Amino acid sequence: MSTINQIPIQTAAKRPGAEGNGSAAAIAVENVHKSFGSQKVLNGINLDVKRGETLAVLGRSGTGKSVLLRLIIGLETPDSGSILIHGQDIAGLAIDRMGEIRKKMGFLFQHAALYDSLTVEENVAFPLLHHKKEMSKSDRAVRVKELLAEVGMEAARAKMPSDISGGMQKRVGLARAMALEPDILLLDEPTAGLDPISSGEIDDLVLKLQQEHQVAFIVVTHDLHSAKAIASRLALLDKGNVVIQGSFEDLQKSEIEFVREFLKHS
Amino acid sequence: MIDHSVSAAANMPVLVPEPSTVPVPAALPNKGLITQFLEWFGDLGIFFWNVLRAAVTPPFEFRELFRQLDEIGSMSLPLVALAGAATGIVLSMEARFSLTRFGAKSLLPAAIVFSIIHETGPIITGLVVSGRVGAGIGAELASMKVTEQIDAIEASAVNPYRLLAATRILACILMLPLLTLAADFSGLIMGWVTQALSEPLSFHQFINSGFKGSDFSDFLPPTFKTMVFGLIIGLIACFQGMRTQGGAAGVGRAATSSVVLSSLFVILADVVLVKLIIILFP
Ligand SMILES: Nc1ncnc2c1ncn2[C@@H]1O[C@H](COP(=O)(O)OP(=O)(O)O)[C@@H](O)[C@H]1O
Ligand SMILES: [Mg+2]
Repeated sequence: MSTINQIPIQTAAKRPGAEGNGSAAAIAVENVHKSFGSQKVLNGINLDVKRGETLAVLGRSGTGKSVLLRLIIGLETPDSGSILIHGQDIAGLAIDRMGEIRKKMGFLFQHAALYDSLTVEENVAFPLLHHKKEMSKSDRAVRVKELLAEVGMEAARAKMPSDISGGMQKRVGLARAMALEPDILLLDEPTAGLDPISSGEIDDLVLKLQQEHQVAFIVVTHDLHSAKAIASRLALLDKGNVVIQGSFEDLQKSEIEFVREFLKHS
Repeated sequence: MIDHSVSAAANMPVLVPEPSTVPVPAALPNKGLITQFLEWFGDLGIFFWNVLRAAVTPPFEFRELFRQLDEIGSMSLPLVALAGAATGIVLSMEARFSLTRFGAKSLLPAAIVFSIIHETGPIITGLVVSGRVGAGIGAELASMKVTEQIDAIEASAVNPYRLLAATRILACILMLPLLTLAADFSGLIMGWVTQALSEPLSFHQFINSGFKGSDFSDFLPPTFKTMVFGLIIGLIACFQGMRTQGGAAGVGRAATSSVVLSSLFVILADVVLVKLIIILFP
């Protein structure tokens, strides 16, 4: 469980496929396989992310990027392999034990998954209401306002999720994911459906959190430009495997057919 | 491993063996109806165990429980009262017709009171609530499931068995006896009104002769047995809702199967409960 807080921002040119060396990694995915029925989705994935580091996960749609994030937060179970959060294997943990770990993790769903019976404000207040019971009502309101301001959504705070656009829902989802000041944040396409300005603001927010709070990020994105801006490392998935992992320059230099193809079309 | 696979909400393979098994009675070509039913029943048992475990350990979700009590009570009360009133009238007319033929007219109030409180009130309430609340909970949780809201609850480190299922099931268990009393009451009133229209009879007389020869404790078991109906309705609706797959179509299927299965099991449970009550409270 020991976490090393003062790791400098990881140098971008980290060796690909770094073997998990125990306690230093906030998230370690070790040789994970996952199938749905006869469909093999992940085929022996290895990844690890330290605090203060951002891993951008790229890949075509349907390659299992969302499944990977869901595995890391324990919403799916791997068929084989293991997932360690701050060095603890999450396999077989009861839901309430897993809950203790999840309190320090934030998750942004690909389709935001806001609670449709609650307002924007109540959505962001939800984790606080359940896990910060000692917080007074007014303190909570202040915190919610702060979070919504971070993602530029204060104006919509009394609206219902069905009354705002998909991109706005994503931003609210991000505010909700940040509510408990997690040290791990898993973002599934945070900038999809956003205009370039908002998208740039989200990138800035990610950079800020990474530097100020040493958050470990995994960001799934299709946006190579944003990946380049925020990520200390990029991983490209294809057919259930990590094809290449490294800095943007490493990807550019790569001779692998799929990588070149992918970059050409991005 | 077992613990985990049952813990991670309803999308886990253990709870959802195959998408096509969601509406239970629909037969799969390659699996017998019996196998399918046993699988469904096993999953239901695991689900119940998870809910039970979550319900008895803190944190307790009182806020959500009160919200559900209010919701279930207020959405069913008018329907239950109306259904109770209608059965009161029908029973009253039928009883008058048959008892007059057998020359036992003096037993009329007792027959009406007895059959409403012992059987029709509870079962009508059970069936009306199965329809209203079963569909309501089934559709609500199913739509939360397919839009990943239940996953979002779990990802926020809140146990959905505790927050969503335990509160709804407990609210059903607590509300059913109260709703039954409402059905009984409106049934009795309308039963009396129907009699009074044929021949003068005060409500006081009606009740007095109706309850003659039986005491208050005779009426407790039939009223409290509806807590079992509440358990069945809440459990099946939550289970069908939380294991839903397959988008909007899945939501429709979950609502339908919640209603069908919970009404069916309410009637079946009634058979067992009536027999049990006769044995335990002779
Ligand atoms: N619960 C599930 N049941 C069956 N198949 C699934 C499930 N979740 C994901 N899949 C399949 O896994 C593959 C990868 O999905 P996903 O991770 O969402 O892709 P993406 O990389 O676009 O995020 C898809 O083919 C999808 O159909
Ligand atoms: Mg995805």
